[in-house]
Amino acid sequence: MQIHDLSQPAGWLPLVFLGLLALAMLVYVILDGYDLGIGILLRRAGDEEKDMMIASIGPFWDANETWLVLGVGILLTAFPIAHGIILTSLYLPVTLMLIGLILRGVAFDFRVKARAHHKPWWNRAFYTGSLLASLSQGLMLGRYITGFAPGVASWLFAVFVALALAAGYSLLGSCWLILKTSGTLQLRAVRWARGSLWLTALGVAAVSVVTPMVSSRIFDKWFTLDNLVWLFPIPLLTAGLFLWIERLLRAFPDRQAAGDTRHDWLPFVISAGIFLLAFIGLAYSLFPFLVVDRVDIWQAASAPKSLMFLLVGVVIVLPAILFYTVYAYRVFWGKAHPLSYY
Amino acid sequence: MFSTVDPVLLARVQFGLNISFHILFPAINVGLAWVLVYFKRKLAKTGDEAWMDAYRLWVKVFALSFAVGVVSGITMSFQFGTNWPGFMDRAGNVAGPLLGYEVLTAFFLEATFLGIMLFGSNRVSPRVHTLATVLVAVGTSLSTFWILALNSWMQTPTGHEIIDGKIHVVSWWQVIFNPSFPFRLTHMLLASGLTIAFLLAGLSAYRWLRGDRGGDVRAALRTGVFLGAMLIPAQIVVGDLHGLNTLEHQPAKIAAMEGIWKTGTSLPAVLFGWPNEVESRNDWELVAPIPGLASFYLTHDFKGEIQGLEAFPNAHPPVLPVFLAFRIMVGVAMLMLLVSWVGAWQLRRRGEPRPWLARTLVGMTFSGWVAVLAGWYVTEIGRQPFLVYGILRTSEAASKVPAPLIGTSLTLYILLYLFLITSYIAVLFYLARQAARKDGEAFKAEAETPQPVIPNR
Ligand code: HDD
Ligand code: HEM
Ligand code: HEM
Repeated sequence: MQIHDLSQPAGWLPLVFLGLLALAMLVYVILDGYDLGIGILLRRAGDEEKDMMIASIGPFWDANETWLVLGVGILLTAFPIAHGIILTSLYLPVTLMLIGLILRGVAFDFRVKARAHHKPWWNRAFYTGSLLASLSQGLMLGRYITGFAPGVASWLFAVFVALALAAGYSLLGSCWLILKTSGTLQLRAVRWARGSLWLTALGVAAVSVVTPMVSSRIFDKWFTLDNLVWLFPIPLLTAGLFLWIERLLRAFPDRQAAGDTRHDWLPFVISAGIFLLAFIGLAYSLFPFLVVDRVDIWQAASAPKSLMFLLVGVVIVLPAILFYTVYAYRVFWGKAHPLSYY
Repeated sequence: MFSTVDPVLLARVQFGLNISFHILFPAINVGLAWVLVYFKRKLAKTGDEAWMDAYRLWVKVFALSFAVGVVSGITMSFQFGTNWPGFMDRAGNVAGPLLGYEVLTAFFLEATFLGIMLFGSNRVSPRVHTLATVLVAVGTSLSTFWILALNSWMQTPTGHEIIDGKIHVVSWWQVIFNPSFPFRLTHMLLASGLTIAFLLAGLSAYRWLRGDRGGDVRAALRTGVFLGAMLIPAQIVVGDLHGLNTLEHQPAKIAAMEGIWKTGTSLPAVLFGWPNEVESRNDWELVAPIPGLASFYLTHDFKGEIQGLEAFPNAHPPVLPVFLAFRIMVGVAMLMLLVSWVGAWQLRRRGEPRPWLARTLVGMTFSGWVAVLAGWYVTEIGRQPFLVYGILRTSEAASKVPAPLIGTSLTLYILLYLFLITSYIAVLFYLARQAARKDGEAFKAEAETPQPVIPNR
């Protein structure tokens, strides 16, 4: 790896933007993850439950998706070359994801505004779109990790990651429902969460095993003795979180029967923690490359002058965005209510 | 199926299709957001429930259009990478930060406060709710600002230098406030205002014709007609100035718009014709009977000289689409002028529209869309064969994605968009009918007793 002079803008700016890119993608995956997950689960719910599930994401889904736009925006702005390579290699799944996102985004509004007897069709569109978007994102992740390697094996791996990510999103979605609802819907959400837990865990495990196999560089990064000592907590903690949430969910119905709502928020936090740890592990493996072992962040970066111009904006605006995002979540704090549309 | 087609052509068609679909919804939302703010203010000032009813219907239209606008916009943000990697490679230093600022300052603002605006009215105070509505409106206008800064820079690039084939910024001020930007921004904001004006008027006239004559219908109809009547003269003036600016910076585009093949002075205006590129002339040409008219409105001098297409060998756009699109835009503008002024006059004199006017307004519900699309086609096709005018050719920027892949995704998009646009229009009219049914009893009683003419304020 080439050593870069980090005291120069051309050295540190790409690092800063990589950090921002990572932040945007992480926030996206967790936030849009839960609302995509709710879309996937929609098919299993009854009619009134469907309305309540959608009410629980109504005020948020649009802003959640904006993190994706920010992520792509940063990739485009800061690392245009990588943006070109990644998006043209992922042309098909990107298209499918976009079509999925379009379908579900419009279905969200059409289902309550179109004629009542069309509603089931829009519900189906919401479900299909959410599933399609989640699967395509998983496929993109799987293809990305293997550096877009050709061959049946790497495609099979990508398909498996697609299924696992959809399961992971369902986990996030059901935990969001546990947080935002009560009564029978909450109990169903607990069951859904337990159902999606295992595929999620398998997915995390598969990614952890395959990533070091793709590249000897990544392998060496993990499996030298000094590194292993301080990296070991990552898989350990992840496993711990899985066990914890499993036990929590198993005990949940009794808790609910006893009227104990103190820990409704916990499953969501734990499942977000699982995503966070998986993300950290992956980021550690890939760093500093944007396209596995081909293009690193310094090769891909835009001119320092352009990055600097944008950084000024980021430093001023990002805190404001975080502030009003938190504000918006506070406004809609607590259990979801049926939506009135104005 | 698509393997024999030129991938660059497919990529262009696909990009053009996606952006055309996308712009339909911002064109509505940028204006509608401010109209909603206006409705809220009116309600606060007059206490008349009619404004609340109007708000209730139109906020639904807004929510729906916004959702379609957002998801089609997300598609747009991927299109640069998937279809024009060459563009990002060469012009990324300019395009990236401008798009980045749009996301940071506009998209988060509108998306976050949209939640509060749509669903928060019983969770926050009326004051905060109004603030949220204003912030959404500010967001949509800001987003117009940034994206048009980028687009205008692609038309009239300034403030940059080229090092090793890549574009580097010298002055951000000059990049953003490039020569065509003020005109384009004003023209687009007015276009959005006109789009929503005619949508308001058209949908309200539709309700009117169905016998639904409650206060909210009157309020929305008046707002639409008067807004249209106010904005259209401004739009025509700004359009004219925009044309002068284009003549200065992109003379080939003007030559194509006007169908002028040979350089000359005292040129007449071509009202209609069919540009024939093979023989470099217009078939079936119909010329305005005033000599030197084109010279006059393009240079503000009856004897002024204008360069013809012959002056730009190999660097002028395809003439036919630019020529026709320009005539469609100006034609719609003239229709808008006529209809909105007659409408304003009738509403002032009689307090209500005559049935033929109401029918015309219904017919013009989506006239804004037609003019907006036509205008953008003039602008964008008129820039060809360049992507960044004079610097980067479109063919250099295209992606190397194989044609069948682009063709397949293009087919998917076309099907999806056809389906969505039909559903969208159907649901708009359905919502209008529904709004009537809700306060049905009230409006019927009102319609049957003769109404005093609403006094003009
Ligand atoms: C005249 C204004 C205008 C123009 C020319 C464009 N847009 Fe747009 N865009 C808007 C005005 C707008 C808007 C008014 O801000 C949105 C918000 C909701 C809507 O309907 O349109 C929007 C939404 C929107 C979104 C979703 C934002 C969100 O998540 O909230 C994205 C990613 C884009 N756009 C991207 C683009 C790109 C890449 C364009 C050009 C190639 C583009 N838009 C042209
Ligand atoms: C919003 C309204 C817009 C419409 C309706 C529109 C329409 C079109 C059309 C029809 C084309 C194809 C022209 C051709 O190939 O002959 C095109 C091309 C293009 N436009 Fe736009 N455009 C719009 C806005 C923008 C904006 C805001 C940008 C950039 C910031 C942009 C960037 C481009 C690019 C990169 C191409 C591809 C090159 C090309 O095919 O010419 N457009 N647009
Ligand atoms: C007589 C009236 C009008 C004139 C003279 C006029 C003039 C122009 C000109 C010269 C352009 C191309 C500028 C360029 O690319 O360099 C343009 C573009 C455009 N026009 Fe018009 N226009 C008129 C009416 C309208 C109306 C009524 C609308 C919509 C409601 C509209 C919407 C647009 C849009 C969206 C564009 C593309 C964006 C832009 O370049 O600003 N125009 N117009």
